[in-house]
Amino acid sequence: MTEVRAYRRTLSTWWWVRKPSYFLFVMRELSSIFVAWFVLYLLVLLSAIGRGEEAYRDVLDLAAHPLVVVVNAVAFAFVVLHTVTWFALTPKAMDARVAGRRVPAAAVMASQYVGLAVVSAFVVWLVTL
Amino acid sequence: MGSESSIGLRVSRYRPESDPGPGWQEYDVPLRTEWTVLDALNHVKNELDPTLSFRWSCRMGICGSCGMNVDGEPRLTCGTFLVDHAPGPIRVEPLANFHVVRDLVIDMTDFMEKLPRVKPWIIRDEEQSVDDGEYLQTPEELDAYKQFSMCINCMLCYAACPVYGLDPDFIGPAAIALAERYDLDSRDRGARERLDVLIEHEGVWGCTFVGECTRVCPKHVDPAGAIQRYKLKAAKQSVMAVLLPRGAR
Repeated sequence: MTEVRAYRRTLSTWWWVRKPSYFLFVMRELSSIFVAWFVLYLLVLLSAIGRGEEAYRDVLDLAAHPLVVVVNAVAFAFVVLHTVTWFALTPKAMDARVAGRRVPAAAVMASQYVGLAVVSAFVVWLVTL
Repeated sequence: MGSESSIGLRVSRYRPESDPGPGWQEYDVPLRTEWTVLDALNHVKNELDPTLSFRWSCRMGICGSCGMNVDGEPRLTCGTFLVDHAPGPIRVEPLANFHVVRDLVIDMTDFMEKLPRVKPWIIRDEEQSVDDGEYLQTPEELDAYKQFSMCINCMLCYAACPVYGLDPDFIGPAAIALAERYDLDSRDRGARERLDVLIEHEGVWGCTFVGECTRVCPKHVDPAGAIQRYKLKAAKQSVMAVLLPRGAR
């Protein structure tokens, strides 16, 4: 076989800004950091509740700090992106079948939003009890 | 002929014997409604510049040879019409993520080495003799894998995949879709052998579900879907390996 003297191209560091779909993918990957942030935030809140009323008030004061509010607003936007994009991908990843027929993508997506609404309603009921 | 409108082609050229790297060359070709980018390239080759190199064969979207990046998107050039890219100039480059042999010709050695690793053929525990007759299959059993059998190895999915671009060791979308094609075949017994290859890091776990492979696939194979299903299979296998005693796996 003839030896191939091929030209090796390298991927630019900025490959992900070249296409809207690549950009959205990288933002979706990035959103996991903000999901982790909210988990951490919740754990701090829970531990403060465990330590008594004063500690809880301190954490609430910290949460009202403009910087924390901004971080939480950005984090919320990313978590929404995370939820919407992964819900949209679920029917592509799952081959759900009922009675031998493939469940339509819209039904799989709708069931996730229903699930989210039910869990959210339960949490709201729990904290306002 | 004089009144016929034309469109510019901006073609990536690379001549290994003289060029240090790829450069651009512009050609003017007639803008005809029935002409594809491949027709335009053949016009260039026949009428303007016989030194231009590119691969093509069937001109009807089944051989998978004429894949190139057209205006940055991996496309079969025989199915990409000039009028859809007017007013131009149309940027024609070799498929992204592959090494360039010359002009628009890419080196497909890497793909050719990866493909047989997933054993894309029917594996039987025991081969039955010809006298025993054929392996029968119901229409439902055919439908289970038919979509994945439409792959024409055009490699557009590799050109669209940033994971493959960043990590060339990733086995890639088409190879995994073909593994799924044989796994889903009722005549096949090789799922375990394929899983051993794909459960590795460079197998299905390399994929981060960008989904571009499915979007660019000209045959609607849906490699992204195949990969996610494989991940589920691989995860189940790992959990079972921990939970079940050796004999029950």
